[in-house]
This record gives sequence, structure tokens and C-alpha cells, in this order.
Amino acid sequence: MKKKRKARGGALAVLPLYIFTLAFVAGPLVYMLALSFMTRAETWGVVPAFTLRNYQDIFQPVYLATFWESLKLAAVSTVLVIAIGYPFGYFMAKLTAKWKKRTMMLLMIPFWTSSLLRLYGWIIIFRAGGVLDSILSSLHITEEPLKLLYTYPAVVVGMVYALVPFMIFSVYSSAEKLDFSLVEAARDLGATPFQAFRTVSLKLTLPGLLSGVILTFVPSMGLFFIADILGGNKVVLVGNLIQEQLMKAHNWPFAAALSVALLLITTLLLFLYRRLSGVKELEGLV
Amino acid sequence: MDGYLLQLADIEKSFGDTRVLKGISLSVSQGEFITLLGSSGCGKTTTLRIIAGLESPDKGRVLLSGQDVTELEPNRRDVNTVFQSYALFPHMNVGANVGYSLKIRKTPKEEIRRRVGEMLELVQLSGFEKRMPGELSGGQKQRVAIARALINEPRLLLLDEPLGALDLQLRRQMQQELKRLQKKLGITFIYITHDQEEALNMSDRIAVMKDGRFQQIGPPNEVYDAPKTSYVARFVGAANIVHGTVEKVEGDVVSFTGTQGGGRFLSRGHGFAPGQPVTLALRGEQAQAVREFDRQDEGLPGVVKEKSFSGGMLRIAVELSGGEEFICMRQGIDAGLAPGDPVKIQWEPASACPVDL
Repeated sequence: MKKKRKARGGALAVLPLYIFTLAFVAGPLVYMLALSFMTRAETWGVVPAFTLRNYQDIFQPVYLATFWESLKLAAVSTVLVIAIGYPFGYFMAKLTAKWKKRTMMLLMIPFWTSSLLRLYGWIIIFRAGGVLDSILSSLHITEEPLKLLYTYPAVVVGMVYALVPFMIFSVYSSAEKLDFSLVEAARDLGATPFQAFRTVSLKLTLPGLLSGVILTFVPSMGLFFIADILGGNKVVLVGNLIQEQLMKAHNWPFAAALSVALLLITTLLLFLYRRLSGVKELEGLV
Repeated sequence: MDGYLLQLADIEKSFGDTRVLKGISLSVSQGEFITLLGSSGCGKTTTLRIIAGLESPDKGRVLLSGQDVTELEPNRRDVNTVFQSYALFPHMNVGANVGYSLKIRKTPKEEIRRRVGEMLELVQLSGFEKRMPGELSGGQKQRVAIARALINEPRLLLLDEPLGALDLQLRRQMQQELKRLQKKLGITFIYITHDQEEALNMSDRIAVMKDGRFQQIGPPNEVYDAPKTSYVARFVGAANIVHGTVEKVEGDVVSFTGTQGGGRFLSRGHGFAPGQPVTLALRGEQAQAVREFDRQDEGLPGVVKEKSFSGGMLRIAVELSGGEEFICMRQGIDAGLAPGDPVKIQWEPASACPVDL
């Protein structure tokens, strides 16, 4: 009896969560899916006439190219985020408790400021005659301004900057659980430091790495404002395309179709990645 | 120098301001079962880690078969360790755990499979290859850890409190199994424990450690019957410690007066001079609390404080007139003594063992 009541109480407790998910996740998704099969009205808004035109439009070379560029940028950003974030998170887990706390603090502080503001900070650094240029020229490394702002590398830097903390956190939480005596056992059994890392440490922190990749790769396909602010009009990503179709061209059905396509691509890639890496659980995600 | 499998020469090690090892030396022969015995924090695990190469000493040398390996990486030493927490790789099945060192050395798959099978048979876990460590009981994990450490046929196996996490019955059983394995394989074992019974049961030699130093190294009977220090006497034999001053020496019989509670008592020994302060160690079963005594009799005066029955022996706690406690053990249930009875504690002169000389 008591058990039954407890179970009912539990169901009641999670009910708001279900309602929230239905209302704000499933609902909009269904709406978006429906929208993507509708027709754009002549003047403003949407006509509920079924069409596949929006999906056909995606296959125009200019849009395909945008998808391809976005994937490339996401891949490059993710690789860089792994290169910086994995070792950072891994070694952070090996610090003493006091230094762990301090490092965590330093990582958290930037989150107190709006990410948009922090991006404008990068403009000050990158713009011609900006901080980076003055440092480099005062060190006599470069004479001419680098003109980094509104270039592809600037967008990559912005992406990596925005996303690297997520990689650090998820690798850290995985690495913190790693029992270092396992590494010693591997060394004792004849493994070189690299072999011990590859067969033990890396394998056991893979769930953290994988969730870090998801937290990096998926957003970097859609973070349009980074491409906007640091890339000017030169770098157009799927995210920018969707935003443009939605806000400027007012072509909601096409924007919806693009979003569905983006969702499908990321889901497919994650599925493949998970299959290939053989990781069953994700750190802090699933 | 020759003939020893392992030699530690004057090893010192500090962590920060803490001196963990204060100059220890040890020579171990091929095929020996040697136990490092001591309470936690005495430096025994650090000693083991230095032998394994997981820690490097501040001073001193480690020699394996006469070759200096002090600076050698752990993966290049012909030494394997059974870790205290087993340290089984949780993401690999039993077969992969046991075969790890062979795989690292790029042994052909077929050979790995065969030798893993053999090792598992040796530790009585045949057919467990596909199980994951998480599915095993403590005793089974222990066996896997041993199989994993032995598969590469090391010259020396280090065991860090391998039975610490097991219950008493399983411990007894594993003690015998380990001993059997060691005899069968002829591999030298260096075994760490804080359990003196385990040490006495299994070892060819025991090295008793305290505060980063060896107190005594010798075969179990020697460490038990002839402790060199009061610490060893207490830790290994649960002995009583009595302080006295030499009164006179007659042949090899030495008589003392008690330092704290008075009384006269005897021991055997050579090289004592009148007036010399001496510490004696006496195990409980070697001393008797006697109720009928004369003032003139030798013995330590005291009062019975408590009687209890444990392990088939009657344990009599006596408060000596100096205030210390002395424990006597005797066969049988009743000794005709009651708390509050005045007694004298007496012993055969030969059973008192002078320590801390």
C-alpha cells in the first residue's frame, strides 16, 4: 500500500517535467516539422498547403555548400576544442582539492558575463590595430595589422572559446572518477606511459570526451551569432541561414525545413559516432 | 652481494616534510616468502612501491638479481604487483585483464588465450574469461588480480595487503591458496600485511617495520619467541613489557628489581652488569598470576582486575603496583582467582626475553 502511494507520489512529482517537455520541446518540434511541409504565403505568414518544395530547395548548390561549410567548421572547432579541453580537464582532475577549486572558479567566472558581450571582447582583440595587433607589433613579430576580424579563423577562435569550457567540464567529471591506481597497475604490467593512457585512462574517460564532443559539435553547427559578430558576412553557417530565412526573408517553412535537416544531420552523426566509439553511456547526459 | 634476488640498500624516502623511510636495507633470496609487517603508516606500502618502480627513493639503491634498477621504469622491471584495491580494469573482462601484460607485449592472440586459460585454472576460475570485474565477488576479484600479476611469470611478486578486504574465513582459505601457489611456482613473494597472524602463518621471514625502519627481520619463530625490541614483542606476540634494573648476575641467571612497582624477578642472559636498566618481554601464556605467595618470593606484585575467556584461554588482567597492566593467559576456565585478589606474577627465568638492547 505504502509502496503504491509512494509510486503515485513519484509520478506526480515528475509530472511538471513531462508537461514542460511536452510544451516546450516536443510541441515546438512537431510545430516545426509541420511548418516545414507548408507553403509560404504571398505577403506574410504561412499557408497550410502541403508541399515538399522546402526540402527540395535545400538541395540547391548554394545551400548544400552552406551545410558543408558548417559541418567543416563544426569539425574543425570540435577537434580544436578536444585538443585544448581534453588535456585541460584530464590534468585538472589530478590537481589537489585546493587547486581544483581555484581552477573551477576561473572557469566559471566568464559565465557571469553574457556570452554576447564576451564575443564583442574578441572584436577588440582582433580588429585592425586592436589588442592582438598592438602586442604583436610591439614585440616586433608583425609589422602590418593581421586583419583577423571578419575572417574564418576569427570565427573558429570564437567557437572554440565559447565551447571549450563544456569539454573541460565533461572530461573533468569523467577523469575525476578515474582511479589512478589503474594507471599504475597498467604500468606495473608492462605498459609504457602512452600505452597505459591509451588502454586505460583514455578508455575510461571516453564517456566524458564523447559528451564533450556532443556539447561542442551540435551547438557549433548553429551558433549563428558567433559567425555574425566575428565573421561579418563572410562566413555563413546553417545557423545564419536559418536565422536569415526566419527573421529577414520571413520564409518560415524553409527555415523550418533547414532546421529539420540540421537536426537530422546532427542526430545521424552522433549516432554514427556513438556506434564507432562503442561508448554506451555519456557523462552527465544519458 | 651475489645470490640475492632483491636487495634494498639504505633506502630513504620523504613526502614533503614527512620522512616515510629512514634508511632501510633488505636482502631477499630466490623463492622466499617474505612479509613486511607493520601498522598503517609505517612505510611498508612505500617500500613496495619503490620495489615496483612506482615511486623512486630519495637515497639508496634497489637491485634485482644484482642489477641496479633504481631508475628503471616500472614497465621495465621484472616485478609485478597485486594491488590493495585489486585495481582490475573495469572496462575489460576477466580474460582481457589477465591477458593485459601479454597483449601489451604483442603476444600472438592464440597464445594469450591459452595462457589466460592456464592462469585462470591455476587460480580456480576456469571459464570466467567473459565476466566483467563488476560481476565478481571480492575473493574472485582477488584471484583475477593474482592471475593478472602472475601471467608474465615475474621473478618477484609484490602483494599489498591482498586479503585486507576479505572476511575472516575467506582470508584463511586464500592464505593457504597463496602459499600453495607460491610453492608451486617458486616465485619470490613480498607480502604486506598489518595482521601478525597472517604474517606468522605464511612467511619464511618477517620484517617488522615501524616509523620507516625495520625493527627486526627473521623467521616467524624467531620474531615471535625472541623479539629484539619491545615494539616487536608487543606487535607480534602481544607480549607484556616489564622494566627493571639488574641487581645481580649468577652464571646466566640475572635478577632484577622492578623499576615502577618494585618486586624481584629473573631472566636468563649474558653480558649484563649490576645497575643496568633492562626491558623484558613476556608473553601472557609464559607468566602466571599466583595467589599464595611469600613476601620473599620473586615476581611482580599486583591485583587481579578482570577475568575473561577468549579463544580457549583464560585471560587475566592484573594491575601491577606500579599502575601498568599485565595480561596472563592460561588454559582452563577457572584459576581460582577473583577480581581484587592480590597476586604475584611469576615466570620461568628462560621465558623472559630481554629487548631494546
